[in-house]
Parts: sequence; structure tokens; C-alpha cells
Amino acid sequence: MSNTFTVKDMNLWYGDFHALKDVSLDIPGGQITALIGPSGCGKSTFLRSLNRMNDLVQGCRITGDIRLCGEDIYGGMDVNLLRKRVGMVFQKPNPFPMSVYDNIAYGPRTHGIRKRAQLDEIVERSLRDAAIWDEVKDRLNRSALGLSGGQQQRLCIARALAAQPEVILMDEPTSALDPISTGRIEDLALDLKNDYTIVMVTHNMQQAARISDRTVFFLLGEVIESGETEQIFSLPKDSRTEAYVTGRFG
Amino acid sequence: MEKNTSQALRTLLAAIREKGMALVFLLAALVSILCVGLICVFLFANGIPAIREIGVPEFLLGRTWKPGNDIYGIFPMIVGSVYVTGGALLLGVPIALLTAVYLAYFCPDGLYRLLKPAVELLAGIPSVVYGFFGIVVLVPFVRTISEPLDGKGNSIATASILLAIMILPTIIGVVEPALRAVPRSYYEGALALGATHERSVYTAVVPAAGSGILAGIVLGVGRAMGETMAVIMVAGNQARMPKGIFQGIRTLTGNIVIEMGYAAGLHREALIATGVVLFAFILIINLAFSALKRRDAA
Ligand SMILES: Nc1ncnc2c1ncn2[C@@H]1O[C@H](COP(=O)(O)OP(=O)(O)O)[C@@H](O)[C@H]1O
Ligand SMILES: [Mg+2]
Repeated sequence: MSNTFTVKDMNLWYGDFHALKDVSLDIPGGQITALIGPSGCGKSTFLRSLNRMNDLVQGCRITGDIRLCGEDIYGGMDVNLLRKRVGMVFQKPNPFPMSVYDNIAYGPRTHGIRKRAQLDEIVERSLRDAAIWDEVKDRLNRSALGLSGGQQQRLCIARALAAQPEVILMDEPTSALDPISTGRIEDLALDLKNDYTIVMVTHNMQQAARISDRTVFFLLGEVIESGETEQIFSLPKDSRTEAYVTGRFG
Repeated sequence: MEKNTSQALRTLLAAIREKGMALVFLLAALVSILCVGLICVFLFANGIPAIREIGVPEFLLGRTWKPGNDIYGIFPMIVGSVYVTGGALLLGVPIALLTAVYLAYFCPDGLYRLLKPAVELLAGIPSVVYGFFGIVVLVPFVRTISEPLDGKGNSIATASILLAIMILPTIIGVVEPALRAVPRSYYEGALALGATHERSVYTAVVPAAGSGILAGIVLGVGRAMGETMAVIMVAGNQARMPKGIFQGIRTLTGNIVIEMGYAAGLHREALIATGVVLFAFILIINLAFSALKRRDAA
């Protein structure tokens, strides 16, 4: 499978703070790549660089080269188009305070789809793909804020899917959820990787081991090691990786 | 033993001090409740008998106000207040909302430091100064543009424009903080779906501030309806049914102020009764507002 993202010699500063150091990384398509590492090591920062959400942070500066399917995303690419192609699911579920339907239709409407029939179809398909259709099909016109936390997160995944992205970035999508909801999201991620490239930050080592194909270990803004998940967990090359995955620090 | 007693004494004193402070706060709160209560009692005790004497339909729906002949119909003034308030909202609300959105989400810092105090200053200008501005600038302006329609300078249109300006700071002052209070996650969520900054603000942030926007508008309605001095100075104040937006009008507040100085007997009570109607209007608006807000929360 070809690489979706190729990152070369990337550095990122928040003001004077050097948050990511010489990161070079390939993220292959059609797989789940897990980003692991202790708190504050730069996982979210890296993830948010992939859809340029760091553009919002004043004083944030990025050098190096990040390509999506060969295109330089910090070059001439339209940032809104980039974010359409690279969807994002946040740590805390953030459905808009509007109906379930309008939440899902937000992306398609943004990208110019107006026909009711077409929207109906996208809404249903996205909700089905996010495995939440049965739970919300009778309440499409009620506020999304009335759903449980786990449902809200799957709704947010459905909302991201509705924009028809190629990649989905997930920043600790289950950290605010109970174990059952977490299991559902994990199953969902496994389902979705056939059609989408998924990059997921996770705090939870078992989660990375359970669902990811590849794992990247960050420490203090550097990529210490990346590779097949099995290899990272069973035969890590770096002693710091070994210490982290066996729970001896972090 | 002695130590114990002094300690007990100290705890007792502390408890009394705490209770004492709570009492002070309670009294302060009671003062405002008392004021509202006294105003209600005064208004209703003086106004209701007059309304009864004049007759409810004659008073509220009567189209003639001739105190000299003991005819007290305030319908023209009700219509007048509703028209100038409606006109003020029509002109003022869109401008105020767009300004608030601009201040909260588009304004560069440098300009903000200029604009924000300017808007706040607008709120501090005494209404008689607004009225003066109305007489000097707006009245001639409206007279000129309405010339072909045989319009007057002192008119519904003039009062509406003036009130629209006066409610701007009121609405902006409530709506801008409401917009800023919308969780950033809505804005980021919209951006992450590929929406532009403008689209994120207008379709994700602004709707989320719905109840704050409503609160601002209701405050604006109250301000427009209750404004007296500036309106009297530009509205013409004829106590008759309005004949067009470029013709003069008298509002409920204007009616009271203009005649209170020399009124006596039933005339005086009819003016107080006019105050009752004004009070009822404000009350209805406030109740409608809290009902909307409750529905919003559910
Ligand atoms: N907006 C910001 N401004 C300044 N520093 C930030 C900002 N966001 C994150 N950081 C810093 O960058 C480092 C990496 O943060 P983050 O990417 O959120 O870590 P992680 O997701 O791995 O826990 C942390 O030291 C954090 O304090
Ligand atoms: Mg993080």
C-alpha cells in the first residue's frame, strides 16, 4: 500500500518552545497508525499538523515537508480542501448544538451539496458506517446533545465520514468514554480502516496493540521508534520504547 | 478550662459574624425586591381604578385621547410605541448582531481597542444628547428624503432610526460576550470539516449563542420601549393614530411625560394607567424571553 502521508525533517515550535524535533515518518494508507507516548510528548501537536489545525495557534511555526499523497500540504494546497480530505475526531466529543441530521449534513453542505435526497442518503450512510444508525434513526431531528458520550463520539465519527475524507485523525477518541463505548469505537475503527487511513493518538497501550497496524512512539517531541505494531510491542529496538510499552515509565 | 471558654467564644463570634454578613446580603437583596414591589403597588393602586372608571376596552382600544373632554383612549400611543420599537429593531438588530460577530471573531486587535470603547461610549451618552442629535441631523435628513411623500421630519421613521442607534450598545454588549462564550470546540469542529472561518462562525458559533442573542434583543426591546426623552424630541408627539411612517406619533412614555406636569384628577390617573400598560408590555416581553430560554435549555 502506498503512503498517505510522508513527513520529512519536520520541526515545530510554539513560540520558543521546540515541540517537535526532526520528525520523519511515513503513514501508509488503509491502515491504522497509532501514536503513543507519555503526556506532553507532542502526539496531539503532530496529529494537528496533518490537517493544519495548528495554523490556529498563534506563534506556532513549522518547518520541513509534509505531503499528502505527494502534495505538499503547507505549500499551495487549499487548507479547507485539505481538512475535507483529512477529517478529525477530537478527544472530547464535540457535536454541534443542533439536530443529529444537521450535524451529519454539516460537512456535505459545506462542500456544496444542497439536494435533500442526496443529503438524506449521505446522512444515513454515514450513520450506518459509524454504527450508530439504529440508535438515532428515530431521532434525527432532535438535538445531538441529548445523546450519551459514546453515542456523541460515534456521531462525530459519522460527521467526519460524511465529508467523505480520505484520512481520519483521532486524538484519544476514547479517553472520555466508558469501556463498552470504547470497545464500540475500536470495532468501528477496525471496520473503517478498509476504506480510510486512520491515525489515532492513544494513551492506552492495550488499545494500540489491539487495533493498530503500525505504532509510532514519541518522546519529548522526537520519534523514538516506529514500525509494525507487533514488532514495537514484542521486539522494540530502542530501550526507551521497551521501557514505555512494558509500563516501566510514562 | 479558661482556654476552652475563650475558644468557644471565638467560634461563637465567628459564627455571628458569618450570619451577620449573610443577613447584610439578604437585606441588600430585599431592597431591590422591595423597590419592585413598591413600584407595582403604586402603579396598580393608582392606575387600575382609572382603567376601571374609563372602561378597559375604551382605555386600551379607544382611538381618541382628549383629556379636555374626558376621553382617554391610548390605542394610538400603544401603536406608536410598537411601531417605533419595531422600526428600531428592524434597523438596529441586524447591525448590532453583525457588529457583535465582527468584534468577537473578525476584528484585528488594534481596531478592537478602538471599536470596543467606542461602542461602550455609545451606551453612556445621555438620551437627551441623542435627542439633540436627532433634531439637528436626523429630522432634517428624514424631512428631505420623505419630501416627495409629503413626509414630516418628526416622524416614526426618525424615532426608529434614533432608537436603532440607541439600542446598538445594549444588544452588542450582551451578544458579544455570548459569542465569545461559545465553546471553542464548535468552531474547531467546523473548521476540521473543511469549513472556512466565516462559515464556521456563522453556521456553528452564532447558532450556538442563540439564547444570548435572544437576551440581547429582548434587552434592546425594553430599552427602545422605555426610552422617553430622545423619542419625544423627534417623534412629533401627536396623540392620534399614525398615518404613515413619515408622520408624527406619540409613544406611551411620551404621553406620560408630556402631560404629567399639569394633569390632575382622572387625567393624572389615566397617565399612571398608561404606565401600567407600559409595565405590562415589559413584563410580557420578559416572560416570553424566559419561556424561550427554558425551551432552549430543554
Ligand atoms: N498551543 C500551545 N502553545 C504552547 N505550547 C503548547 C501548545 N499546545 C501544546 N503545547 C506544548 O507542546 C507539548 C506537546 O503537547 P501535545 O502535543 O498536546 O502533547 P500530547 O498530545 O502528546 O500529550 C507540551 O509540552 C505542551 O505543553
Ligand atoms: Mg494530546
